[in-house]
Amino acid sequence: MKWNWNAVGDFMPMFWHGLLVTLEALALGSLIAFALGLIWAMAQRSEHAAVRWPVVGVTEFIRNTPLLVQLFFLFYVLPEWGITLSALTTGVIGLGLHYSTYTAEVYRAGIDGVPVGQWEAATALSLPRTRTWSAVILPQAIRRVVPALGNYVVAMLKDTPMIFVIGVLEMLGEARQFASQTFQTIEPYTIVGIAFIVIAYPASLLLRALERRLVR
Amino acid sequence: MSADSNLSKATANPAVDGSELIRFDRVTKRFGANTVLDSLDFTVSSGKHVTLIGPSGSGKTTILRLLMTLLKPDEGTIKVGGEYLTHEKKGEKLVPAGEKHTREVRKNIGMVFQQFNLFPNMKVLRNVTEAPVHVLGMSKEAAEERAHELLDLVGLTEHVDKYPTQLSGGQQQRVAIARALAMRPQVLLLDEVTSALDPELVAGVLDVLRDIAHTTDITMLCVTHEMNFARDISDDVLMFDAGRVIESGPPEKIFTEPEHERTREFLSAVL
Repeated sequence: MKWNWNAVGDFMPMFWHGLLVTLEALALGSLIAFALGLIWAMAQRSEHAAVRWPVVGVTEFIRNTPLLVQLFFLFYVLPEWGITLSALTTGVIGLGLHYSTYTAEVYRAGIDGVPVGQWEAATALSLPRTRTWSAVILPQAIRRVVPALGNYVVAMLKDTPMIFVIGVLEMLGEARQFASQTFQTIEPYTIVGIAFIVIAYPASLLLRALERRLVR
Repeated sequence: MSADSNLSKATANPAVDGSELIRFDRVTKRFGANTVLDSLDFTVSSGKHVTLIGPSGSGKTTILRLLMTLLKPDEGTIKVGGEYLTHEKKGEKLVPAGEKHTREVRKNIGMVFQQFNLFPNMKVLRNVTEAPVHVLGMSKEAAEERAHELLDLVGLTEHVDKYPTQLSGGQQQRVAIARALAMRPQVLLLDEVTSALDPELVAGVLDVLRDIAHTTDITMLCVTHEMNFARDISDDVLMFDAGRVIESGPPEKIFTEPEHERTREFLSAVL
């Protein structure tokens, strides 16, 4: 097998398109994971067992089943129930939902890490519950866990190729399509591999720097 | 700190008529098998400064934490300003209070903690304005004006724009005092407020508290190991042992001619 620079040139337009889709899925998936994870984490601390237990059940279930199965489920079963979404939307929801169960644990650790004296001071000042959360607890909890949340973004990046199985042409999908059309395999897959490391490694370094700054 | 009139203005309370402000009625608190307070009765009149002394584990801090509703009594009732704190009347029956009722009664109480417990994510000024704005519904401007007054009184005018971690322990504790006073509480609870401080920072905090004690009519409940301070500010001293008040009286009496053997032992150990 020989490395063919012409194939590289031919693949690049498809690669850029795939990269864009990957980054789009990553960004939207992360937003869902951040928001939903926070909701899970707070619901798990609810004083009402009727809120707590269903949330614990759902998040444990999602965390302990494979993302791939969840993607197939969302893509093939939801339309049976009359919910039809594009492949990309389905992929974004799948990634976001799956990773929200991990970020929920991260938030939970962050919330548990806020000293009990902070809750007591809020009580002593009679701050309303919502204000205690939004002004006192969450700002301190989230600051601590930003690096850990970032690590899950990197992990999610490496899971984005899974949405290829439901037909989203992200980087891997484009490479695969290129390969099946031209029978050039080394070039597209190598480029995609390099692209992942070029994004993921600096991101990890950035997160480590952030961790030194934020977690004291 | 010259401004006596400023301080009384800044902490203006409902008129003090010496009536009963706090009442503990047969209050029992247990932690597991350990009974920390055993059917405790005591009252504090409004405007009085009461110091609780006694060996550690004798239940002093538990009393403050019950008043602040950080703990719930296992038995008995607590009244503040004539209102039940953790109970409310439903017809003739006394039932556990809802969050709303407790919050209303609790608004009259402020607390300063051993570990300061300032909000590290807020600057000094916002630590002091947060509750007046979001609990009392004051405008931001009015709350800030008042916060400046209070921070001036505790001697921290230059530090309003710093974060708590940029201050010394003594400075942080003085911010915490300003934060508690900003709510205009009738009662101020002081829970070993100098115990976590380096020795050279203790005096500054105690001076501020002496000032408040001598120039306002705020009711104070104080747990401390600073006996000279207790002697200076107290109208009454309660000596605790094993969850009971074993002796009480004005500081001159308790500190110079205590009646109870346990009081004598305790004082000789700490003085």
